[in-house]
Amino acid sequence: MTTTYDAYKAGATDDGAAEGRVFNLAGSDWDEVVEGAKDGDTDERLVVNMGPQHPSTHGVLRLILTLDGETVEKVQVGIGYLHTGIEKNMEFRTWTQGTTFCTRMDYLAPIFNETAYCLAVEKLLGVTDRIPERANVIRVLMMELNRISSHLVAIATFGLELGATTVMLNGFIEREYTLDLFEEITGLRMNMAYVRPGGVAQDLGPAAIAKLRDYLKRMPERFKQMRKLLDANPIYLARTKDIAYLDLTGCMALGITGPVLRSTGLPWDLRKSQPYCGYETYDFQVHTQESCDVYGRYLVRMAEMEESLKIVEQCVERLTKGSAKDGPVMIEDKKIGWPAQLAIGTDGMGNSPAHIGHIMGESMEALIHHFKLVTEGFRVPAGQAYAAIESPRGELAAHVVSDGGTRPFRVHFRDPSFTNLQATAAMCEGSFVADVIAAVASIDPVMGGVDR
Amino acid sequence: MSDIVQRRGMFGASTTGDTSGYGRLVVPQPARESTPRPYGEYFDEIADELDRSGFSDAVERVVVHRGEITFHVKRERLLELARTLRDEPALRFELLSGVSGVHYPAETGSELHAVYHLLSITHNRRIRLEVGVPDADPHVDSLVPVYPTADWHERETWDFFGIVFDGHPALTRIEMPDDWVGHPQRKDYPLGGIPVEYRGAEIPPPDERRSYS
Repeated sequence: MTTTYDAYKAGATDDGAAEGRVFNLAGSDWDEVVEGAKDGDTDERLVVNMGPQHPSTHGVLRLILTLDGETVEKVQVGIGYLHTGIEKNMEFRTWTQGTTFCTRMDYLAPIFNETAYCLAVEKLLGVTDRIPERANVIRVLMMELNRISSHLVAIATFGLELGATTVMLNGFIEREYTLDLFEEITGLRMNMAYVRPGGVAQDLGPAAIAKLRDYLKRMPERFKQMRKLLDANPIYLARTKDIAYLDLTGCMALGITGPVLRSTGLPWDLRKSQPYCGYETYDFQVHTQESCDVYGRYLVRMAEMEESLKIVEQCVERLTKGSAKDGPVMIEDKKIGWPAQLAIGTDGMGNSPAHIGHIMGESMEALIHHFKLVTEGFRVPAGQAYAAIESPRGELAAHVVSDGGTRPFRVHFRDPSFTNLQATAAMCEGSFVADVIAAVASIDPVMGGVDR
Repeated sequence: MSDIVQRRGMFGASTTGDTSGYGRLVVPQPARESTPRPYGEYFDEIADELDRSGFSDAVERVVVHRGEITFHVKRERLLELARTLRDEPALRFELLSGVSGVHYPAETGSELHAVYHLLSITHNRRIRLEVGVPDADPHVDSLVPVYPTADWHERETWDFFGIVFDGHPALTRIEMPDDWVGHPQRKDYPLGGIPVEYRGAEIPPPDERRSYS
């Protein structure tokens, strides 16, 4: 038995004497603990520090579990290990540069971060109605692809945490295909800074539509395979059914949104109830489950991916035939719209050759305009705005305050992971310690979004 | 931000040096002080209901801007008002979306603002509550008794702005380390950073670079 002093243990004092005995564990070396627990007082509780470095805590989440045998008596959640000061940093950049920062918050759903921020900025500028239709369709397309890739990771990591590597591999393979599409369209697989105030950074490339069509052909079959693997799998059901129960009352009190809320039977989806980017014109369903448990949340996520695929199909239709067949992808307001049409070259994304030719060879005014708008940025009228969107994890919102300058005065993100993680204690206390993993995984927190 | 800034020109140039022509444009700034009735949309119904419930003196001013309504609330009445907003059938704001702090150093006497976004799923409505407190006495009642979800949000606002939420069950830092000094999101707190060299030139840290604001 190790009795080394642990300064981080609860109740540790300055003179080096910790309250109770301390076991330092690395790997699956549990014999010491079993031996120690045997000869201990029966009233003793085991305090387990799970994380911040733990493979099944979705990054750097720290859970402090007080255990009575196998039963969890108390859960305390420690966060802040991935705080990067994104909100503070955004106050020192232009409004457009802000997208480069906020895309890095919830790193599994970068497009959503960008869109929430841009919708708030556009609201404050008063240009929401003037965003070109093609830009809105591309935004919806990207968001739904991102929802699929995010849910795939949610289900994949969930499988891994329960010990099912096949689920993990399948999920990540499909995600790769989604990220390939992102790379084709934006030039980057993650953290794209693709959605900008006023529209999107660039139009779809020539190969994008064909790749999207391939994707649409491939995915329904893959979803079916995933469902075959999991929907009625007895081991999976035993680990997920009636686990981490949280009903509608609990969700309301704790501010929970997203798949966790929809697994209680409430069809609350901001895409339907408070549509943005033209979601009211798409045909899709909001799926719910009544079971309030981990399995219900999985089913909701699966069904949402299938619905997202339907929306992607409608987007492709509009981008090739409908009213969004062509047209600008950035607001036609010279005072706001980024002057350059970006293009993907051999060395990555950059200004299009035509634009470079125009500003360097044809028009001095265009050059001045480009320079001013890029270095100084545009001004946003003073005021505050709040824009909420339905991210894969729930209500993601940006509260943006401007003092009328070229930089945000304050940007605050209401991240769904941050809020939903508060439900950990409500879901876990009284359950077995193994179910804590399932409960946390069913919340699907992304620590980059939690800590920002 | 009580003083309305009149900004001239797209790029801020008001005298010389701007050859682009944008210096002659005047960007109108909407009055943000207070909005007279009627507010439009569903906002009047909510305001009427609040008046009926005896909160006409609790609301200092109302601002309607960009399709959103903000009730500036006296801090003494905040908790009581939140309870009514949640429980009254005609209001029914079940969900608190979060607390966001804003630091307005220029607004003497109410430098720190706690901004609450409420959502009613029953009526599909949103409102915003804003409470301003002086820097010298940064106390606001905690909303945890009414909305348990405020727990972490209030801890975050305490951590970043130093607003003390009275009645919070455990108001400790949440993002910064426990022994951190200062509240990083306040305007008087520097961003930090060091100059870096890029292709022979020295680039200053972001908060020391030229600002156009």
